[in-house]
Parts: sequence; C-alpha cells; structure tokens
Amino acid sequence: MTAPHTLSADAVPAVTTAAEAGLVACPHCHLLCRDAAGDDPALRDRLRCPRCDGRLHPRKVASLSRTWALLIAAAILYIPANAFPVMRTSTLLSTQNDTILSGIIYFWTSGSPELAVLIFSVSIVIPLLKLVTLSFLAVSIHRSATTGTRPRAHLFRIVETVGRWSMLDVFVVALMVGLVHFQGLAVIQAGPGAAAFGAVVVLTMLAAHSFDPRMIWDRASAGPPATKQTPTGNRHG
Amino acid sequence: MADTPPDKNASPNQGAMPEPVVDHGRRWVPSLVWLIPLLAAVIGISLVVKTIWMRGPSITISFVTADGIEPNKTKVKYKDVDIGEVKGVSLTDDHSRVLVSVELTKDAKDFAVDDSRFWVVRPRFAETGVSGLNTLLSGSYIGVDAGHSDSQRKEFTGLEDPPVVASDVPGQRYVLHTDDIGSLAAGSPVFYKRIPVGHVERYTLDEDGRRITLRIFIKAPYDHFITKDSKFWHASGVDVRIDGSGLKVDTESLATILMGGIAFEDPPETPMTPAPAGSEFALAANHIDAMKAPEGYHVAVVMRFHQSIRGLLVGAPVDFRGVEIGNVTSLGIDYDPATQDFTSRVMVNIFPDRLQSFERSLPPESDRAARLERLSQLVAHGLRAQLKTGSILTGQLYVSLDFVKNPQPVQFNPATDPIELPTVPGDLEALYDQVQQIVAKLNKIPFDAIGENARKALASLDTATKHIDDLVQHADHDVLPEIRDSLKEMQQTLASTQASVAPDAPLQQDARQALKGVMDATRSLKALTDSLEREPESLVRGRKD
Ligand SMILES: [Zn+2]
Repeated sequence: MTAPHTLSADAVPAVTTAAEAGLVACPHCHLLCRDAAGDDPALRDRLRCPRCDGRLHPRKVASLSRTWALLIAAAILYIPANAFPVMRTSTLLSTQNDTILSGIIYFWTSGSPELAVLIFSVSIVIPLLKLVTLSFLAVSIHRSATTGTRPRAHLFRIVETVGRWSMLDVFVVALMVGLVHFQGLAVIQAGPGAAAFGAVVVLTMLAAHSFDPRMIWDRASAGPPATKQTPTGNRHG
Repeated sequence: MADTPPDKNASPNQGAMPEPVVDHGRRWVPSLVWLIPLLAAVIGISLVVKTIWMRGPSITISFVTADGIEPNKTKVKYKDVDIGEVKGVSLTDDHSRVLVSVELTKDAKDFAVDDSRFWVVRPRFAETGVSGLNTLLSGSYIGVDAGHSDSQRKEFTGLEDPPVVASDVPGQRYVLHTDDIGSLAAGSPVFYKRIPVGHVERYTLDEDGRRITLRIFIKAPYDHFITKDSKFWHASGVDVRIDGSGLKVDTESLATILMGGIAFEDPPETPMTPAPAGSEFALAANHIDAMKAPEGYHVAVVMRFHQSIRGLLVGAPVDFRGVEIGNVTSLGIDYDPATQDFTSRVMVNIFPDRLQSFERSLPPESDRAARLERLSQLVAHGLRAQLKTGSILTGQLYVSLDFVKNPQPVQFNPATDPIELPTVPGDLEALYDQVQQIVAKLNKIPFDAIGENARKALASLDTATKHIDDLVQHADHDVLPEIRDSLKEMQQTLASTQASVAPDAPLQQDARQALKGVMDATRSLKALTDSLEREPESLVRGRKD
C-alpha cells in the first residue's frame, strides 16, 4: 500500500513514492535497493535482489495482463460451472444430478430459503461479483482513472477478503464426497461442474492476487507510472 | 509491500542503497499467462462439445396420464439401465393426453426407431399378478421395449400397460379362436405339459362379435412343440366333471385358478413338424374337448331304443370298445302307431377319423355308397348299439357300439339319411328281462297245493303207522317172524321217508310216489290183518274162497 491514509475524504496527500525516489523494494525480502533500471526497459526485467536473488520490480510483474488472463479464464469456466452438475447423488434407488442452481431451487422449494440464499450468494453472486469487480478495477487502471481511488481500494479489499469464502460450495461437495460413501446405499460423486466451479474460484483468487492495488494510486497521486511494463520508466527522466 | 516506512527518511540517500544484480536471463512469463484462459476455453469448449456429443435424440411420448412422471427426475430404463431422462411434461392441445419429452443418451439412439414401445412402470395390481413394486420406493420410470426397425422416429404413443413379452425374447406368435374368453387376460400363461412356455399377448373380439381371437406368444425353444395338429384348451381354474368315468377334478396349476391359462398338447403319434408362426388354432373349453378332435368329418346316425333312456344326456359319449368315437347330439321319443308303442330316438354324430386304422381301410370319403356297403357288412356281422351304464353312482348312460354274438338278422337300410343303426337291449335291460322270466316261472309253482297234499299224506301216514304198530305188536306174538321182520323194515323205511319228507321240499316228487306206495301197502296190510283177525287159521289152511 502506498501511504498511511489520512482522514481527508478525496484529496490524496502529496507523497513521495519509492519509485519517484528512484528506489525499488524487493517484493520477497523487502530489501530496499536502488532502481538501477531507470528508463531502460530492457534492464527492467533483469534486476535481481542482491540479498535473496528475487526479481526486483517496483510493481507486480505483468500485473494487469495476468489479472486479465485469469479473469478471462474464470469467466469462461463460470459457464460450465453453472451449467454442469456439481454433484451426482446415487442412492439405492435412483441417481440424481445436481447443478448449483438446481440445488438452490431444491433448498428454496423444500423450505430452507436461508440455505438457498446462502448458497446463491456464495456460489453465484460472489464469483460473479469478483469477476465484475476485478474487471472494473482493471479497466479503470487502463483508462488511467484518477477519481474514486479510495472506494476502488475499498472494493479491492472487499474482493480479496470475501473471495476465499466463495469456496464454500466446492468445499461442501468435497466434504460430502468424502463423507457420504456408504457403498451400496448412497454414493456422492463430484460432477464436472464442481471442477469448473473450483477452477473459477481459484482463478478469481489468483486474479485478485495478481492485481496490484498500487496501480490504483499510481495515477491518482501524481504522474502515471501505471503501465504494466514500465510503471515508472517514462516519468523519471 | 514495496514500501518500507522506516526507510523513508533515508530514501534520498541513494548512494547507501544496495545495487541490484543484473540477470541475463530472459523473461517469458507474461506470454505464458495467456495459456490459462486458453486452457480454460479448451476445457469449457470440450465440456460443451462432449455434452452435445453425448446428447442422444430427443423424443416425445404421449400418455394418458403423467402420473409419477417428473421432469429431470424420471428415468427411461431398458433392462434397468438408464438410457434417458424426462425433460419436460406438457399437455396436448386438446388436453386429452400428456406429452412427455425425453432426452435419450447417445448410445440409446437405436431406441428411437419405429417399433419401439414405451410405457410407464409403476406399481400395478392386475389379474396376472403384481408388478412394479420396486417403483413404490424409487418412483416410476419409463420402460422401453427396443424396436428393430431401421426407420427413425421422434414421436411415440406410450402403452398404457406394459407389453407382455419383450420383443427381443425369441419365440413365435400364434392365433387362437374361441367362443369363450373365460378368465383369460393379457399375460395369462400358456402351458405345455404344465410348464409355462408362453403368454397370451392380447385378445380381440371378432368384428362380427361371435368369436374371440387371442394372440399368444410361445418362447423358444418350446415353439417347436406347436405342430399343425396341436390342441389348445382352457386350463383356467378348476375343471370339475362328473361323467361316465366318475368325478374328475383337473387344474393346470394353482396359478391358473387365479389368472387363467391355456394348455396345449400334441395328439400322440403325430409328426412333430413345427407349425409356422401365425398359425391359427381352435381353443377348446377343456382338455377332453380338445382331444376329441378332429371334428371335421362326421356321420349322423340315429338309433332307436325300446327302453328308457333316463341317464343319457346330450354330449354323452359313443364308445366303441372304449374309444370315444362320437357324441349324442339329440334325444327324443317317437310314437309308432302300428305297434302302439313309443321308442326312444337317439341321434349321434360319429367321427370315423377317430378309428384311424379303420378309417384308412375305408374307401375314400367321396365314395359314400362303398362306405355304406362296408357298414352294412358290419351290421350283418353283428354291429349293434347298446345303452350301457357308465357309472352306477350317477346312473349316467352312454352308447356302446360293439358286435354281439349270434346276432339276430335285422333289416338295415344304409340309404336312409340319417343312417339308422340297429340296437340291442342294454345290459341292464337284458338282466332285468332274465330276472323277470325267473320270477314268472317261480310264480307258476303250486306251492299251496303241494303243501296241502303233503299235510294230508302225512296225516294218513300217521294213521297207517299206528295201525302197523298195532299189527306188529299183535303179530309179535302170533304172526310169523318173517312178517314181523318185513314190517320192521317197512317201519324203518317209513321213518326215514317221514324224515325226508318233512324238511325238504325238493324231494316232494319222490316223497309223493313213496307215499303212494306206502298207502297201497298199508291198504293191503289192513286187508290182510282184517282177514287174519277174522280167520287166523287161514294162515295155515289157506283162504276158503
Ligand atoms: Zn530480496
């Protein structure tokens, strides 16, 4: 994070960032080094930490492109995650395939609306919100937006925090597969939807992780260092 | 993370900062990260493609009711294997039926052909038994009978009842005709030697409403046993018969009591040539009727009996030495004005085919005159009809044809139609006649007179013996010993005669003669003794006159 925030609402206090000072902190051991790359983009990718041999970057490497790639992958898999059955319940007498949506409908109609709402929010709303929110943040970085930086930062933190809970459904399926295995009486198997669903959750989490929130402030504070390859290069000269 | 606040004050001091190491490797990760969405796309597309690929044909089945059918839950099963699922249920436009849309799996696409049959398997309590009990718990499902046609089809009309025989069961179908359906229903078993070998598939009333046509299915390999001579009969329920051979209770199996059934049999000594599928047969009411055939060719014969025909019923057998060769068809009574007498008229049908070897020896059916000539010879040889008692218990009569010994010649005119066969009195009637003759003869014996005579004779004999006693006593003293001896002998004879006469009737003729002699003798003796009393000297001197 860029700076200790002040209480003033919109105004971003004038601060000097490490990048502006020609410094770069090692993202792995947090050793502060001189940014030897300067304006040279060829050198930018080749700096290593003298202490831990980690790659030195003022911002996360290829943050936006990674975020986009993971977001697109998650969006693609979001379709099979909802269209395909996540759970296949075989009892003595019948076999039933359940998609996430059919499970929600089942709980809703069978008199457990609370559970239906919970699963709906955790399994459908949250992954979708993550996709939309991260996309929105990434787009705003692309557009070099300078307004609403603080709400965007809040939004990102919410996404990051809430994201891990969207695992709930997959977690339940995984638990059931492990527990409900009375051979001959009832067997629960995970369907292709569960894999896709898990992939969506993991991909959105990775996307959130790839996203470097400092980019939100790069534009807002002063000049724009926020391009993926050379976040600081063009300004410093 | 990149920020280290404690370093902030020292940040302008660049000289104190550690220099980063310059690596000479090449970065290519950014391009690699785009493999992830590519991979996701491949996975997603492959899933969709696989689903589309695995999706079989969609078909629509119409049923009268959607009872037990739920979208996305009700399965379509063939041999208990899921081959599809109900996706939707809707009504037809006129609301008369329900349309069930079914999505078959890809490997089940062969089921969507012209002659496939679909029905709903649900608990069923029919006369043929209870079925589908497992669906009480698991819910109904749609059963399939796979068709073999090559032409595809999308819309089907569901059966209301499960088909009796799946189409992949090897076997043959045959047609039966009957007047009475009895307790038969679709699914009723068909037995061969009490082994269930097939089923009644369905039955229809003929268009004219007179007869019922049944279609039966016989499983392989039992279909080989159906020959063109096979006889079919109702094996339904319990067959209780009281007939010439007494009380008979017959049932094919316990199951047939409840659900009816059909049995068949091949007449003995017929060639076992399997009948082609679809052959038509008659369904007889019972085993006996079935085995009476062949019905085809018969001769109507009339018989007149001069006796009561009580106990003879229509349908009673005509028997030739134990073989049933015909039936009584009608009974009546005729008045003959010439003799002022009534005769019982019995009409029978005779099936010459049932005497197979005899039938083969006959001239062909067309040559009626020659056949009747043969019959004339048989009648001349002593062929007669006779009423016989089949069962003393029930008094049932039957007509027996046989040759009688020393037949009295009769007039036989084979040209009449129907032919009239001569009759002889039945065995009971003949016995009755004999008894009557004996009684009549017995009546003629004058037992009264015999008894009177015998009494009189015995009375006079009594007197006579007394006289003789006196005489003997008298003669004891005076008369010659020879006379006394002879009188003693006579007394013994008389005593034994008396003993003989008294108890024993059959000796009466001899006794009468003996008595006559004895009376003659006593008369002479009396005369002798009288004269001896008057003139005892005459014994010495002889009689004067
Ligand atoms: Zn380091």
